[in-house]
Amino acid sequence: MHHDTSLPVLTAKDFTTDQDVRWCPGCGDYSILAQMKKVLPTLGIPKENFVFVSGIGCSSRFPYYVETYGFHGIHGRAPAIATGVKAARPDLSVWVATGDGDGLSIGGNHMIHTMRRNVDLKILLFNNRIYGLTKGQYSPTSELGKLTKSSPMGTVDNPIHPCSLAVGAECTFIARALDADVKHLEYVLQRAAAHKGTAFVEIYQNCNVFNDGAFDYAAVKDHRAEHVLYLEHGKPMIFGKNRDKGIRLNGLEPEVVTLGNGMTEDDLLFHDESASEPVLALMLSRMTHPQFPEPLGIFRAVKRPTFDELLDEQVKNATKRLGRGRLAAMYDDGETWEVS
Amino acid sequence: MDTLTKKSVQQLDEVAIRFCGDSGDGMQLVGTQFTNASAIFGNDVSTLPDFPAEIRAPAGSLAGVSGFQINFSSRDIHTPGDRVNAMIAMNPAALRTNIKDVEVGGIVIVNDDAFSKSDLQKAGYESNPLEDGSLSKYRVYRVPITKLNNEALKDLNIGAKAAGRCKNFYALGLVAWLYSRPLEPTIKWIQDKFGKKPEIAEANIRALKAGYYYGETAELFPTSFRIPRAKLAPGRYRKLTGNEAVALGLVTAAELAGKPLFYASYPITPASDILHQLSMYKNFGVKTFQAEDEIAAMASTLGAAFGGAIAATGTSGPGLALKMEAIGLGVMTELPVVIVDVQRGGPSTGLPTKTEQADLLQAVCGRNGECPLCVLAARSPADCFDMAIWAVRIATKYMVPVILLTDGYIGNGAEPWVIPDPEKLPKIEIKHPTSADASSFLPYQRNEHLARPWALPGTPGLAHRIGGIEKEDGAGHISYDPLNHQKMVDLRAKKVAGIVKDIPPLEVNGDPQGDLLVLGWGGTYGALLSAASRARAEGHRVSSAHLQFLNPFPANTGDVLSRFKKVLIPELNGGQLRKLIRAEYLVDAIGLDKVQGKPFLISEVYEKIISLLK
Ligand code: SF4
Repeated sequence: MHHDTSLPVLTAKDFTTDQDVRWCPGCGDYSILAQMKKVLPTLGIPKENFVFVSGIGCSSRFPYYVETYGFHGIHGRAPAIATGVKAARPDLSVWVATGDGDGLSIGGNHMIHTMRRNVDLKILLFNNRIYGLTKGQYSPTSELGKLTKSSPMGTVDNPIHPCSLAVGAECTFIARALDADVKHLEYVLQRAAAHKGTAFVEIYQNCNVFNDGAFDYAAVKDHRAEHVLYLEHGKPMIFGKNRDKGIRLNGLEPEVVTLGNGMTEDDLLFHDESASEPVLALMLSRMTHPQFPEPLGIFRAVKRPTFDELLDEQVKNATKRLGRGRLAAMYDDGETWEVS
Repeated sequence: MDTLTKKSVQQLDEVAIRFCGDSGDGMQLVGTQFTNASAIFGNDVSTLPDFPAEIRAPAGSLAGVSGFQINFSSRDIHTPGDRVNAMIAMNPAALRTNIKDVEVGGIVIVNDDAFSKSDLQKAGYESNPLEDGSLSKYRVYRVPITKLNNEALKDLNIGAKAAGRCKNFYALGLVAWLYSRPLEPTIKWIQDKFGKKPEIAEANIRALKAGYYYGETAELFPTSFRIPRAKLAPGRYRKLTGNEAVALGLVTAAELAGKPLFYASYPITPASDILHQLSMYKNFGVKTFQAEDEIAAMASTLGAAFGGAIAATGTSGPGLALKMEAIGLGVMTELPVVIVDVQRGGPSTGLPTKTEQADLLQAVCGRNGECPLCVLAARSPADCFDMAIWAVRIATKYMVPVILLTDGYIGNGAEPWVIPDPEKLPKIEIKHPTSADASSFLPYQRNEHLARPWALPGTPGLAHRIGGIEKEDGAGHISYDPLNHQKMVDLRAKKVAGIVKDIPPLEVNGDPQGDLLVLGWGGTYGALLSAASRARAEGHRVSSAHLQFLNPFPANTGDVLSRFKKVLIPELNGGQLRKLIRAEYLVDAIGLDKVQGKPFLISEVYEKIISLLK
């Protein structure tokens, strides 16, 4: 219960810890941390009400670098730990920092169930398509055939699309951002923070040591506009340096078209992040480079009661209906008898 | 012949009966009703439900047999009974799987209508045991239960199927007459249960009464039996299973601490009933979470504890194995959590519905690294209540995970429980640091019990990070410093060892010294106590002691052991406590190991005792 009406004005500095940041110089994680620290003070939430939970991996060092309550967990279990925190303390703003290995491989099960329950957590999945902390094995998002330390002849594992998984798991907020596009990343984090329910944000993150340039097609500014589709709710899907290309639906499949020669904006797909059916979000989540520009932004943002809210409501309703429980009455439930 | 002649009534001290039939025959239900009636009547009771792992094995098959044993007595009893004095078998498969437990000369009542050729075949009988003389050692009563039951219900128009389903109550009525049990508690239960279906309630009540009157009027039974009330300690009682007791204990502990209870669990036999029970207590602020797996149940429990709840999870052996990494995280982050392990037959999937106590070493040692925590064990169904409160008390005082071991036998078994006065239960004092402590706050600074502060998110000025990587003493920063690691490992061990000062001393039943000490732990309490008492009553210098605290052991354990020439440790495992006791006290303890999915018989332990005294 905070009745503090005059919240102190916070800045990014208030969220800086006394810990040395130990990511490799040049790692994309720095950008994510910086944008996060920019966003946190703007949310109108007292600083002490933030909790960052993580698993294991480079991304999971995140809690040490934000001056909030933090729980550095074990590999893959951050969503489950965070669910416990949020269930017990719905008043807290709970964030999860995870990676492609942590969140989609060893912790895939928790990820799915957290999303379907719509626990009010903000999940930042740092996708660098590699295992960084263990020094360079392929991850569940590594492209097929990738040469890594554990796949000298190339991987034979088909990669997963993280946002498709989120669609399948009925996630109510699904977004993608890019470490290199800090403005847009900041916007996406803001939107995630504002969402009530599970907010799943896939962040393309460059691991400059073990998988450098994995997202160069999108990250390098010169050709970003050609390879990225920025999603805007209610707007046609247009991309390209000259904004002359768009996405059109051909049957049930998307296709890239060039505007002009009779092709107008009205022929293009219009983005609708709040569509009740996730068909569009699923389609977007499966559009990959080089065949398509890869969508960045909010794929899906819909409303559904949250798990923690419903759990709380059951407690309140039961208490209203039955009165606050009393131990003596609980003990007496069922047949009792006296011995004198 | 005058069928209304009053039959003779014979008085007995103690009787063990067993209902058995197909898993669809409702044997657990009538067993429970018989137990309730006996407990309310004033007998001491102890039960042993025994059900198949298959939900519905083919009808009439050996795999589908379900049984329920009740021992009821005018004396203080501690086990469901070694030998069955009377058995009710609803079909040949039930007869075949259970007859070996019936005492010679014991009563065997069978449903005569269920012994057709095909029924016999399903049970693997080549000839009808009711006719081939193979049951001549027993007093066999052939009652056409199906026919008599249908006859009694024929004018109710509820259909043959629904009528047939009442035959378990017919059998219950018959046995209720045989042992002079009151029908009222069962009638009341039926009325409550089928309140919305009055015709079904009527049918069951009528079947119950018809069975009772059949016993009274038919020429079959020459006598009935009476088991006088037991002289139990004065108080108000209810019947409680171990799983119910754990649930009540956890809610009670949370109330004593003035905090909400969070209980996360993944369904697993035989622990699921704790989750079911707790999910009904939402008006106590209890939040239950059916997690996606065992790991999530444990991990969310840690998260809830971090948030400030009284946090617990429950499971059985294989689930405990899955939780172990997260339990290690609990040890490392020094969070107060309770893990209840209702042990079952292992290894792997093992015997899900049968009892065993083979998770002791898993609980004490089963994690990577030097990872000590507190281990407790309940010794009877009602004791689960007290031990659950103990578990929360220790966890919150020492900031440490506590594993509470129960087992399938005491988890599903029931006994009378003296209802405590909640006002008289000592409060659980919990102190959280506040903003006022901010200037001196360190997340891993220790108090006099070596516990670190339980600082809650939401408290201004106390923001800190916990985690599984080794932490610098006091400050709690990540630390790979060799000497700091040594220090932290030592501190965590010392903290757990220090719990000993809160633990009551190990009590000895019998003389404090002698020729033989029978030492046990967990659900074997009743059988061990009874066996040692029997030997002592015969003049042998035998005592018994039962450990409820297994890590650390009570302070006087070594002293108790040293006063006996021999130490016998009977266990439902391969000798796990024996290993710990030998390692800790260098005592050459002798084992009696049993892993058959069943509790000890008093006689098994007694015979071992006698053999060691020769
Ligand atoms: S290994 Fe890769 S992901 Fe990890 S800190 Fe270094 S650059 Fe970043």
